[in-house]
Amino acid sequence: MTEIVLNKSKIKKGKDAVILDTIVVVVITLFCMFCILPFIMLIATSFETETNIVRDGYKLWPSTFTTQAYETVFKTGQIFKAYGVTVFITVVGTILSMAVTIMLSYPLSLSKVKYKTPISFFVYFTMLFNGGLVPSYLLISKYMNFRDNIWVLIIPVLLNPWNMFMLKNFFRSIPEELSEAAYIDGANDIKILTKVILPVSIPGIATISLFYALMYWNQWYNAMLYIDSKDLFPLQYYIMNLTRSMDAIKEMARMTGQSFSNLPSNSIRMATAVVTIGPVIFVYPFVQKYFTSGIMVGSIKG
Amino acid sequence: MNKTAVRSKKKGIKGVGQELFKNRLLYTMMSIGIVWILIFSYLPMAGLVVAFKKFSYADGILKSPWAGLDNFKFLFSNKDLFNITFNTVYLNLLFIIFGTITSVFLALLFVEIRNKTFKKTSQSIVIIPYFISWAVVAMFLQGFLGDRGLVNQLLAHFGMENIQFYKNPSSWRVILVLLRIWQGAGFGTIIYIATITGFDTQIYEAAKIDGANRFQLILKLTLPMLKTTIVMLTLMSIGNIFKGDFGMIYALIGDNSLIYSKTDVIDTYVYRALRNNSNLGFSTAVSFYQSMVGFMIVLFSNWLTRRVDPDSALF
Repeated sequence: MTEIVLNKSKIKKGKDAVILDTIVVVVITLFCMFCILPFIMLIATSFETETNIVRDGYKLWPSTFTTQAYETVFKTGQIFKAYGVTVFITVVGTILSMAVTIMLSYPLSLSKVKYKTPISFFVYFTMLFNGGLVPSYLLISKYMNFRDNIWVLIIPVLLNPWNMFMLKNFFRSIPEELSEAAYIDGANDIKILTKVILPVSIPGIATISLFYALMYWNQWYNAMLYIDSKDLFPLQYYIMNLTRSMDAIKEMARMTGQSFSNLPSNSIRMATAVVTIGPVIFVYPFVQKYFTSGIMVGSIKG
Repeated sequence: MNKTAVRSKKKGIKGVGQELFKNRLLYTMMSIGIVWILIFSYLPMAGLVVAFKKFSYADGILKSPWAGLDNFKFLFSNKDLFNITFNTVYLNLLFIIFGTITSVFLALLFVEIRNKTFKKTSQSIVIIPYFISWAVVAMFLQGFLGDRGLVNQLLAHFGMENIQFYKNPSSWRVILVLLRIWQGAGFGTIIYIATITGFDTQIYEAAKIDGANRFQLILKLTLPMLKTTIVMLTLMSIGNIFKGDFGMIYALIGDNSLIYSKTDVIDTYVYRALRNNSNLGFSTAVSFYQSMVGFMIVLFSNWLTRRVDPDSALF
C-alpha cells in the first residue's frame, strides 16, 4: 500500500536488524493468523457433517466433507431474497447517498458560498447532539408510517455527516483555478461540478462510496426496528435471526421438506455466513487501495 | 468599522436574497441534504420532549399529557442506570486504549517489513475483518465460545474445565476487547502507517550516521513523532465515550440477560425499553440523559484537544 523509504539503507545487516526483522515477521504472521482464524473455522465447519459437529464440536479442518449445508441454504431460496434486498439497498442506497452527499459537500467547499459556515455548523451539530433512538423510531414508524417498506433501510440513513465533511475536505483540496477557467468560459455550477470537479475527484468519491456501501451492506439495525416481513430482511438481519432463533431453522426445514432433526443446523449457519461474506472478500482487493487515501482525507479537520 | 456594520445591516435581507440568487444552483443542490438533516436529525432532537411526557402511542407526542420530571426521577432512582453508564464508558475506554496500542504497535512493525509481497499480503489480511458485520461475528463467535466451541475444545485438551461463556459474564469484557481488536486494529494501522510514511527521512539518515540502530530509530524517533497523532485520535474518540456501540453489543449479546452485568450499555438498554414498549417516556429520558452528558463530553474533549493542538480541534 505505502512505500517506506526509511529502511532502505544499504548498510550490512547488524545483529539488531536481524532480531528486529525476526520479531516483525513473527508478530505480523501471528496477528494475520488471528485475523483469518474465524474465516477458516467458518469454512471448515460449513463443510462438516452435522453428526461430527455435534459429537466433536467446531473445527478448523473438516474431518468429513459434505455440501449438504450449502444445498439446504440454496434450496430454501430465502438467502436469494435476502441477497436481493441487500444488493438493492447497497447499490441504490450508495448512489442516492453519494448524490446527496456530493450536492451538499461541494457548495460547502467553495469560498464564494457566503453561508457555508452556518450551514456547516448546522450539519456539524448533528454529530455532537442527537435525539436518540425513541424520537427517531416514533418519527419513522408512527408519523411517517414507513414500516415494512424497503426504503426505510435507505432513506433514514441517507446522509452521514462524517462522510460529508470528508468529501468536503477532498473538494477543498482541489485548486480553484481549475474551475475558474470553466467559469470564464461561461459554464454554470452544475456543469463545473460534473465536468470539471467530479472527474478529478475519483479517489475521494470512491472512498466515500465504499464507506456508504459497507454501511448499507452490513446494516441490520433498521431492519430489526422497522421490517416485519421476512421477504424484506436484508442478509445481515437474516443471519442474525439464524444465529438467534431456532424458528428460522425450523422454517428452513419446512421449506426444504426435511425433518427438523435431520437438518444440519450448525453447518447451515456457517454456510450462510460464508455465502454472505464471500462477495465482500471478493470485492475487497479491488477497493483496498482507496482506503489509505480516504482515511487520510478524513483525518484532516472538518 | 461602525459604518460598514450599519451598511451591512441595512443590506440585511436584500443581501441574503442576493446571495441566494447569485448562487442559486449551489443552494438548490444543498437544499436536499439540508431538508433531510432537518427531518431526520433535528426533528428527533425536538422529539426529546417525550422525556417530559406521560407518553401513549395512540395520543402521540403532542397530545400525551405532561409528566414533569417523573421519568427522570424514575431514571435516577433506577439501579440499572449506574451499571449501564459504567459499562458504556468502561468498555469504550478499554476499546480506545487497547485498540490504539495494538494499532500503533502493528503500524511500527509494518513499516519495518522489507519484503514487499509479505507487506502487501499481511496488510490486506489485517484489514479484512473491518468489512465483516457484527451479525456474522456473532455467528462465528458461537463456534469459538459455545459448549463445543474451539476454546472449550482447547481447554478440554489441556484437561481444564469447560467454561459456559454464554452463561457467565466474567470474561466478556476481555472477549469484547479482543473482538474489537480483531475487527478494527488492522484498519486502525492505516492512518499511523500513512503518518509514519510522511515523516522526514533526513532525520532518520542523520540518526543513522550518528550510529543509531533500528530499535533506537523506532523508540527515539518514530514513536515520539507519532505522539501528536496518537493523542489527537485518542481525544477524538474520547468525545464518543458515552455512545455505546449498539451494532456490536446487541449483535453479540442480544437478549442474553445472564451476561448483562458486564456488557449492557446505554444504547442496548434504551432499545429494550423501547421494544418492551412499557414506557416510552422513560426510555426517551435515558436517551436524553445520554445525549446531554455525551454533548458535554464532546465539548470537554474538544476543549482538551484545543489546548494540546489548536489545529486539530474540531471547532
